[in-house]
Amino acid sequence: MMRFSVFTYAAIGFVALAAGAIVLPDWAMFLFAMALAKGLVCLGIVGMMRGGVVSFGQGLYYCLGAYTATLAANFLGVSDIFLLTLLSAAVCLLVGLIFGPLLSSYRGIFFAMLSLALSMVLYGSLSKMSFIGGTDGLNIGAPTFLGWAPEGRPLQTALYLYVVTIVVISGALMRVYFDSEQGLITQATRDNELRVEYLGASVRTVMAYNYAFGALLGGIGGTIAVLALGHVDPEFAFWTTSGEFVFVAILAGYLSVPAVFFAAIILELVRSFSSLYFPNTWQLSLGIFLLIVIVTLPSGLGSLVSRRKGQNT
Amino acid sequence: MSNGLLEVRDVQKTFGAVTAAKDISVSVPQGSIYSLIGSNGAGKTTFVNMVTGYIKPDAGTINFGGRNIAGLPPRQITRLGIHRSFQIAQLCNELTVEENMLVAGAIHGRTRPSFLRRSDDAQARERAMATLERFNIAEHRNRLIPELSGGVKKLLDIAMAMAGETQIMLLDEPTSGVAADEKFPIMDLVIDALRDEGVTVIFVEHDMDIVNRYSERVLAFYDGQIIADDTPDVVLSDTEVQRYVTGAPA
Repeated sequence: MMRFSVFTYAAIGFVALAAGAIVLPDWAMFLFAMALAKGLVCLGIVGMMRGGVVSFGQGLYYCLGAYTATLAANFLGVSDIFLLTLLSAAVCLLVGLIFGPLLSSYRGIFFAMLSLALSMVLYGSLSKMSFIGGTDGLNIGAPTFLGWAPEGRPLQTALYLYVVTIVVISGALMRVYFDSEQGLITQATRDNELRVEYLGASVRTVMAYNYAFGALLGGIGGTIAVLALGHVDPEFAFWTTSGEFVFVAILAGYLSVPAVFFAAIILELVRSFSSLYFPNTWQLSLGIFLLIVIVTLPSGLGSLVSRRKGQNT
Repeated sequence: MSNGLLEVRDVQKTFGAVTAAKDISVSVPQGSIYSLIGSNGAGKTTFVNMVTGYIKPDAGTINFGGRNIAGLPPRQITRLGIHRSFQIAQLCNELTVEENMLVAGAIHGRTRPSFLRRSDDAQARERAMATLERFNIAEHRNRLIPELSGGVKKLLDIAMAMAGETQIMLLDEPTSGVAADEKFPIMDLVIDALRDEGVTVIFVEHDMDIVNRYSERVLAFYDGQIIADDTPDVVLSDTEVQRYVTGAPA
């Protein structure tokens, strides 16, 4: 019954977001596509937040996914969007599976700083690699869709619908995961690691799973972002980029999946309009906005629709 | 002293200059109920922590089912069937009572925890509710942990540990922090449930009335050593135990 609900909500979400392909102007469609791509990265952070840790280095996978797609397109001649996404996702998942077990021993600020350090290592390395563009980065051509090579508005529409499809599928799968046995064990881990270990589960394994899922989603988000922008540079892995993802994750909270994408869209809108009207102080308006949300909704925007159980019931 | 379900041999543990366990040896037969008594710092909890993997002994063996489990991590020991509850109930405060039981059920299930199967599917909830009813705490199922009394927390802690296939249950001060009038009803519930399942019980306790009433055998600890190992009547009337452990006049 509940499982059916997840996919019903996913279908409704798909229709609502896909309608944007008809009603949104070009600039807004681009803005939404970028927001949704970044939302995917943030969804990975939210998965980790449910286990009690926050990665300040998801820029690593955002950047790695973007560079993987760009290098595959430029050096291997791959232009199919599905293939590029699969390739980037596989590379990021692999790296996540390598770093996950390492980082899973750490908690709190140590986890955050180590994850940040890894992304800054990538940033520094890419900046020095002049053969792949150094600090200037690389351009990537327009993707094809199973052999179809649209241009102009059709390209933007196809890319937007692709993002929407990926977001809806990823969001539904993550909701299923959050509601699953493993998802509940993750929440228990956030609360009491000792109890989880003494029930017979490995806390490190739980953490490593969540990190790997975060890597996978980060890679997919990076791929979509680079295809929408047409350009990647090491800034994708810079700490301010990772900070933006954390900003969205805190804004959304860990209770609701749609709230993550909603928060990502809000961030993009606030940033776009703030930089238009207050070009020198737009970060200030973002900061004030986050403060208001933290004070009024400490569990994030998601708490508006998903309340915790208990409380004198 | 042989063929016990749990065979502890010459176990030692020191913390800096403090010796918490000196050549501890004990054999616990299947289905028995042991209590561990002793003043604070006598080595009772160190013993429980070594058996359950929280602390690795410096020397000695802890055999369970023909395997030396000394130094194995807690989760592996738990998987083998040695479960424990804690002096301060270890629960997930952000989850409800039922969700806490569902966590235990998911980890202890016959199959590995799934990424797809809902944690609260009908079967899982039925199993969780059956355990909560057995421990008489089903009425609290939708409450968050901070809303519960000390007694209910203790029962839930034990119920969670019982969700798996338990062979040995170690209870660390099961009645500490519990209202005086709740102690015996709680122990009645717990011991009955464990007896029904044929579980071997080892519990740490300071209340000698509870020790006398529920244990079949008592291990008295003093200064990291077992100074008496016999039936409650014999141990509690032992002059050395009275002097160093119970404080009763010799």
